[in-house]
Amino acid sequence: MSDDLMIEVANLTKRYAGNPAVSDISFSVRRGEIVGLLGPNGAGKSTTMRILACYLAATSGTVRVAGLDVFAQSDEVRRRIGYMPENNPLHYDMRVREYLKFRARLKGLSRKHSRARVDVVMEQCGLTEVSRRMIGQLSKGFRQRVGLADALVHEPELIILDEPTIGLDPNQIRVVRQLIKGLGGAHTVLISTHILPEAEMTCHRVVIMYDGRILVADTPGNLQKLMSSRSQVIAEIAAAPEELRECWAQMAEVEQFDVSPAEGEYFRCALTPRDGVDLRPQIFALARERGWPLRELTRSRHSLEDIYVRVTRPEEEEG
Amino acid sequence: MLVFRTLVRRELAGFFLSLGGYIIIAAALFLMGYSFIVILAKLQKPTPMPITELFYITPFFWLILLLTTPVITMRLFAQEKFTGTFETLMTTPVSDGQVVAAKFTAALLFYLVMWLPLLGCLLVVRHQTNDPSALDAGVAASTFLGILLYGGMFLSWGCCASALTRSQAVAAMISLGFGASVFLLGYLASQLPAQEDWQTQVLGSLALFEQMHDFARGIVDTRAVVLLASATFLFLFLTLRVVESRRWK
Repeated sequence: MSDDLMIEVANLTKRYAGNPAVSDISFSVRRGEIVGLLGPNGAGKSTTMRILACYLAATSGTVRVAGLDVFAQSDEVRRRIGYMPENNPLHYDMRVREYLKFRARLKGLSRKHSRARVDVVMEQCGLTEVSRRMIGQLSKGFRQRVGLADALVHEPELIILDEPTIGLDPNQIRVVRQLIKGLGGAHTVLISTHILPEAEMTCHRVVIMYDGRILVADTPGNLQKLMSSRSQVIAEIAAAPEELRECWAQMAEVEQFDVSPAEGEYFRCALTPRDGVDLRPQIFALARERGWPLRELTRSRHSLEDIYVRVTRPEEEEG
Repeated sequence: MLVFRTLVRRELAGFFLSLGGYIIIAAALFLMGYSFIVILAKLQKPTPMPITELFYITPFFWLILLLTTPVITMRLFAQEKFTGTFETLMTTPVSDGQVVAAKFTAALLFYLVMWLPLLGCLLVVRHQTNDPSALDAGVAASTFLGILLYGGMFLSWGCCASALTRSQAVAAMISLGFGASVFLLGYLASQLPAQEDWQTQVLGSLALFEQMHDFARGIVDTRAVVLLASATFLFLFLTLRVVESRRWK
């Protein structure tokens, strides 16, 4: 066990009435990291988070937060965690400030300290203007920020957010994302999402879960690299399709190609290179040499989206 | 202690800052007012019974007890489970015991506030009859002790029912079903002739009917106190186990 690990999950399994929701997963998160748990619905993200937050007990395996066991030292662990569950449940009959003070007191802050902290988190989450409004009357974006403020109010070392941007409009998503990004460093953050750009933009590391197992765990950059070795080059050229096919077939660096008619007289060529070679300069040189009109030449960058689809649905993709 | 106080205050706010709480109080008040009219009618003729007993022998005591306790308790856990706030509550450093104790305490406090108008009714009657013997302080105290103990038992069972489910309606039905069964058993016990066989004996010791009648007459029977208090603790213990069950289910 080392000091700079915030979360250590080893061989964690959780079964609901015999059905495994999480099977034998292991991962760890360092202090100050922002880690994204990614996966489709039912992948076991929420279950993993609920176990980390001491709401559910694991069927087997060990889970440690800041070196403390979540089952045996649950009280200590809960003091260190700020948790926002899926769908962000709140007491709609309370006012924002009143709710946050109530939560701060529950988390063991003194009256004076809780008052000061509530002011700080309301400022941090942009809630000052609605502090006296009923939570039930707030927009979803504000409610989400109330949930975040609640997770932050006791200055936890670890913040666990289950789908923090679900159901928000793009503007609200940007605000919440910015907030989460700002938490890294001072706090360790674990967020779950099935929206990929979110993980790409906010997380230092991504853990992809599927069907209760971990498929990949790496930085978004490394996952990109992994995929870009197979990235295609798209070229739209106005030439006879037979001529194009012949050309590509002769080119040694091209592993696979596909020529299909595009708008106008152009043909769209999708070329897969061998060993990740960049084909673009060669294609351009060829087009100039033969006098082909060329209107597009791009290398497709794989977003996490493709990686996600690829690793979460390997069978269907290949089939 | 701090957490317990915070939780009780929140629960009480849930009762008193919502329409639901006042509807319960209004319904109870209506029944008490009606029983008040009945008592006044009975007082036209001289009677040796204290007013509290007169009140008890109207059917309203049991009606209020059986109808309000499920409605008071149904919300406690079921609503929080339904909205999901139970999860945010249980992931703060509060113990399961504190949560159960706080919710029960708040329900009991609300229940006692609901019964306060009865004291008002009794005082009015006493004032009007000009007869100090009609309402003795001791008799009033024992009646309220009975109300407290019976309320504790039914409310603790209601807590357990509410912890079992996510639906408030189901919680209310479970606790109402229990309340009605206990009531009918007590009624049966009071109707049966005294016999030596063990069935009657067991039923007799559960005679909630007779026991409350004693409280209303100013008799505090320790057997009844022990029975009701231990039933309350048993049900609270069961509630705690139900709340804890998410950790081993």
